[in-house]
Amino acid sequence: MASSTAGAHDHPTGLRRFLFSTNHKDIGTLYLILSVIGGMVGLLMSVAIRAELMHPGMTVFPGLAQILNGADPSMATDAGKNLYNVFITGHGVLMIFFMVMPALMGGYANWFVPIMIGAPDMAFPRLNNISFWFLAVSLILLVMSLFVEGAPGMLGFGGGWVFYPPLSSNIGHPGPAMDFVILSLHLAGASSILGSINLITTIFNMRAPGMTLHKMPLFAWSMLVTAFLLVLTLPVLAGAITMLLTDRNFGTMFYDPAGGGDPLLFQHLFWFFGHPEVYVLILPAFGLISHIVSTFSRKPVFGYLGMAYAMVCIGFLGCIVWAHHMYTVGLSLNAQRYFVFATMVIAVPTGIKIFSWIATMWGGSISFRAPMIWAIGFIFVFTMGGVTGVVLANASADRQLHETYYVVAHFHYTMSLGAVFGVFAGFYYWFPKMTGYLYNETLAKIHFLILFVGVNLTFFPQHFLGLAGMPRRYVDYPDAFATWNYLSSIGAYIGAFSMIVFFYTVIEAFLRKREAGANPWGPGATTLEWTLPSPPPFHQFETLPRITGTEH
Amino acid sequence: MLKPSPDTKSKQRNIAAWLLVGSAAMLALSFASVPLYRAFCAATGFGGTPQTAQNSSAITKPGDRRLTVRFDSNVARDLPWRFEPEVSKLSLRTGETATVYFKVSSLSDRETSGQAAYNVSPDQAGAFFVKVACFCFEEKRLGPHETAEWPVVFYLDPALEKEESMARVEEVTLSYSFFPTKAAARGADAGKPKG
Repeated sequence: MASSTAGAHDHPTGLRRFLFSTNHKDIGTLYLILSVIGGMVGLLMSVAIRAELMHPGMTVFPGLAQILNGADPSMATDAGKNLYNVFITGHGVLMIFFMVMPALMGGYANWFVPIMIGAPDMAFPRLNNISFWFLAVSLILLVMSLFVEGAPGMLGFGGGWVFYPPLSSNIGHPGPAMDFVILSLHLAGASSILGSINLITTIFNMRAPGMTLHKMPLFAWSMLVTAFLLVLTLPVLAGAITMLLTDRNFGTMFYDPAGGGDPLLFQHLFWFFGHPEVYVLILPAFGLISHIVSTFSRKPVFGYLGMAYAMVCIGFLGCIVWAHHMYTVGLSLNAQRYFVFATMVIAVPTGIKIFSWIATMWGGSISFRAPMIWAIGFIFVFTMGGVTGVVLANASADRQLHETYYVVAHFHYTMSLGAVFGVFAGFYYWFPKMTGYLYNETLAKIHFLILFVGVNLTFFPQHFLGLAGMPRRYVDYPDAFATWNYLSSIGAYIGAFSMIVFFYTVIEAFLRKREAGANPWGPGATTLEWTLPSPPPFHQFETLPRITGTEH
Repeated sequence: MLKPSPDTKSKQRNIAAWLLVGSAAMLALSFASVPLYRAFCAATGFGGTPQTAQNSSAITKPGDRRLTVRFDSNVARDLPWRFEPEVSKLSLRTGETATVYFKVSSLSDRETSGQAAYNVSPDQAGAFFVKVACFCFEEKRLGPHETAEWPVVFYLDPALEKEESMARVEEVTLSYSFFPTKAAARGADAGKPKG
């Protein structure tokens, strides 16, 4: 392919540049744009959910159902309840598969893994292109599912992002909405598997001379572990939802006890994928936070090898703890003992990481630039989420807290705050590199402050609600829960408002066109991307860099 | 741009091929989990799966403990059958073979067929609950308003006396749930309007 000088190496422009792109940076940009779209829709859904939960009673969704679904006013209450379920489902799927994964896995990994390891591009550039367009089509299928029949007489699939049968089988949602969701997940899964194969091959085979695995930047390490998790666990999800598809349409009985099947099989298969998936969402953030903390402390990462192997360890442990999502299904006592223990063990490598970030800052010459603020925010909220995770790891405590708002608070502290703060930290760290422009740091810090206050106000009270016994996934609640729900909703509005600041910051940076230069962060930024001009040339490293010395 | 050498290319293809094989293997494993788990349960009695006697000569000598065996019977809503055991419970010595009849009658005007799913509880009793013969091993058919008595022949393996987790178990419950078989369920569905 590289034999002719034209063809593969010309620089297409306009629509062709992006539609047919095989350039890792352009595809990364496409992924980032997709994640902004997915994230905004998911955010609007969450604002609608919080608006409904602001006061007891059905307030927002009956009207919303009339507007969005064209529901008859006499049916608006039931249509509203259904739409609420559809929204919590859509919010979860969008945020996981179409916001965090495209941003961290698709966007930053495509942009920076090749550069960080000194490679000219990804190993399979055309595979990279199809990975992205699979995901785009997958998003379209998911959106279409919102507008076709799911539960009898209702639009969309409202069974939650975990898709448990029998709610997701013909009993709960006989309409085609669930089939659309299944096909959407098949495509998203294929996209991620292909993307992961590409990343692993790139990392194994295309490192610059001298770049051994033990000198590789931690972000590349984190993506290597993430990609392995996806390659090994996404096929299990594909298997689970394929069984669901054949149960629904072709008369198999995988999940139907009438034919000797078992609905719990789905939960096991789903969480065998689902638990590693949460590490897929957070490991890339671990990787990039290490770079940011090291850059702005002007110190190499404390305990580099420990950091790298802690991620490997988290990835491995993440694959063998799935049933801690299922303590209440009637697992045998010995199975519960094992899953409690294995889950708690994860706190050890996670603790190593948090310790090492703090040890990196310790004694460093810290400059509190915007990405550093976001990174410290990440460490704080992720630690909070981790602590409640250790509480939930106990099968006995989980009996009480299962499916309550305590769980919602826990996973939003790790995901909605942790992973999202990671996404923004990475964005503000690499924005000057990706675009060549500096943003206004005051604005970026204001964005941080508003989002930090907003999400903490949203999710901290949910711990209290969960401990008081408020269950998840319900459209209404008793008056006793009103106060904390009210505050939580106010927090959600504040958090949503911060996105306006975010967009303003980005637009301002593009309008002002302040040149960033190759390295705006100073001597602390030691990885290879800062040796290139900003933005990097269309093709970088025409002569491969040589990595010498012992630093990582 | 640097031209990848043919060597690099083939190495890349190798890695990608291995990863694809890994993915395919995990996909296969997700489907294989069904027969594998079934085989595992049948072999170990995990999750209260009763054992099936290979030959009735396996019963060597009766044991000393007496346990109560309770019988539980259920019928799925869409199967028009009445189904109950002749006795709700009986007391049994380990190693002693018992036969219990279940009375079943069809309430339908048509021929119907069903298949029973079964389990014993507590879970750890599954490994010691041995069925010699059971109506639940096959699909059963009943004519219109037909009545029948179906036997289950079983014994409790004396080995349970040595099992620590069985020491405090005084009562074992054998539960059956009859479901309509798929062909019958389809027939019933055919009458209903779709969707």
